[in-house]
Amino acid sequence: MKMRKTGAKVHKDTWAFFLFLMPSLLGVLVFVLVPFLDVFVRSFKTVVTKQFVGFQNYKTIFANQAFQLAVRNTIRFTLVCIPLLVVIGLMIALPVSKLKSAGTIKSLYLFPLAMPTATIVIVWKMVFYKQGFLNLALTLIGEWTGLWGEVHIDYLGSSASFWVLVFSYIWKNAGYTIVLWLAGILGIPNELLEAARVDGASEWQCFFKIVLPNLKGSLYTIVILSFLNSFKIYREAYLVAGAYPEQDMYLLQHLFNNWFVNLDFDKMAAAAVCVGGFLFVVIMLLQRAWDKKE
Amino acid sequence: MSLHNFASRWKDIKKGITICLILLPTLLVCLPIILLVTGSVMSSGELRQHLSPVFSDALDYISWKIVPDYPTFENYGRLLFMTPQFFVLFWNSIKMVGCILAGQLLVGVPAAWAFAVYKVKGSRALFALYIVLMLLPFQVTMLSSYLVLNRLGMLDTQQSVILPAVFSTFPVFLTYGGFRCIPIQLLEAARIDGAGELRIFCKIGLPLGKSGLLSAMVLGFLEYWNMMEQPMAFLEDKSLWPLSLYLPEITWAQAGYAFTTSIITLIPAVFVFVWGQDYLEQGIIFSGLKE
Repeated sequence: MKMRKTGAKVHKDTWAFFLFLMPSLLGVLVFVLVPFLDVFVRSFKTVVTKQFVGFQNYKTIFANQAFQLAVRNTIRFTLVCIPLLVVIGLMIALPVSKLKSAGTIKSLYLFPLAMPTATIVIVWKMVFYKQGFLNLALTLIGEWTGLWGEVHIDYLGSSASFWVLVFSYIWKNAGYTIVLWLAGILGIPNELLEAARVDGASEWQCFFKIVLPNLKGSLYTIVILSFLNSFKIYREAYLVAGAYPEQDMYLLQHLFNNWFVNLDFDKMAAAAVCVGGFLFVVIMLLQRAWDKKE
Repeated sequence: MSLHNFASRWKDIKKGITICLILLPTLLVCLPIILLVTGSVMSSGELRQHLSPVFSDALDYISWKIVPDYPTFENYGRLLFMTPQFFVLFWNSIKMVGCILAGQLLVGVPAAWAFAVYKVKGSRALFALYIVLMLLPFQVTMLSSYLVLNRLGMLDTQQSVILPAVFSTFPVFLTYGGFRCIPIQLLEAARIDGAGELRIFCKIGLPLGKSGLLSAMVLGFLEYWNMMEQPMAFLEDKSLWPLSLYLPEITWAQAGYAFTTSIITLIPAVFVFVWGQDYLEQGIIFSGLKE
């Protein structure tokens, strides 16, 4: 039933909308939007004298080696982690969706989400330390099979540190990816699958022709949320290796933090505008692509 | 090999996959916890012995015992009864998380209601803006937050961590998901019966949107209990720090302390996790809902 809105009703709705929204909108304006405009203006000025310098700050950061390294690493991290997380999540969610004890398994996978980073870091340090548990386990396997001897890889001080980050990211985020996939899988009407099976479709055909196309919506949200959470890996990186970690682990987050500590506000402003603008464009494109599919 | 043979083997493989699926997370989740728990009840001598390679830089590996030789609660005793700083930090954490969540309830829930119920010109665009803001990482808004906090004279006070988080748009988005599930007809009926908008919000919106609201609170608690970037940037005075920042300050030499503090930091999070598991799941699903 669709009622035509009268002028008075629209007027009343507008009032109610803004009254309910007002506190939040004011806060967002004061704490986020207006200061971000300020940052935008600052990105064209010098820190101390506040002189207008045009795109000088942008030129500086793009020529800056630390910035290049950080951008490269961050992109690499995102491109490795997100597909890996999405695929691993789906591979676990598919068999779990058929189990009766799905609830228990789900909670097990979700638990790392609840574990504070500071708590888990001490465990990672013990595992990935040069004389830590991972090397101990590898050595034992090596001795047992006779294939290799003692292993002394320093996972945190070499390029392997990148993979330590990848591992801890997936460890932490697998749970909610699985929950989202499961919600998607269980949302597929069962009749659809049964009808296909009656028509003689194999399990693989069912999967590729029915399950996957129906999961497109979940994929979009999983990618967005994984992206959002990928920035939080900084906590692990910082706690494991400090403000200046091994080169392969140096992310944009480290760079921002170090510029902040050194009061390099001009560079920071320019970089914040660049990264913010980039993310804005990516989110809009993803949303556009998603809307078209509907 | 006959077909029947193959079929039964396939069944075995399937069973194997299932068992792996259960065992793997159990292992990956439980081992760290077991490690922390045993570490926290080990005597400092035993701990030093196990971790000696860390101190001596020798080539042998660190070792561990699932059941310590001499289990003791000395670390807990020292932490709880002889370290007053610990309580200050624990209290800081509780206070900050509590204030943030209360603020989000007061500010974010009405905003979510506004977006979910009133279709006004421009509300879609505003909501899209809220989504973008929710997805921006802290590092991008760090400088702008700093500038505004500096101007308001709030740096190095706990407000500097609390206030920006109160106006985070993530809980708005989550609560919105819950409110959207309320049938519009119900609201229309209430309006026809003469109920005011505020009354509808309190009597229909809040009770029926409870699950979205609680899931925002559960996800929020886990997020802010773990908060590090914000206090690290805006709080210089260590007596204002939350627990999550104190832990990394503990060195290997006080490993026993580190384990004990870890366990105690973990307890509230586990409690919320166990209590709010359904809401947590619901919240993750709401966060995935398209507008």
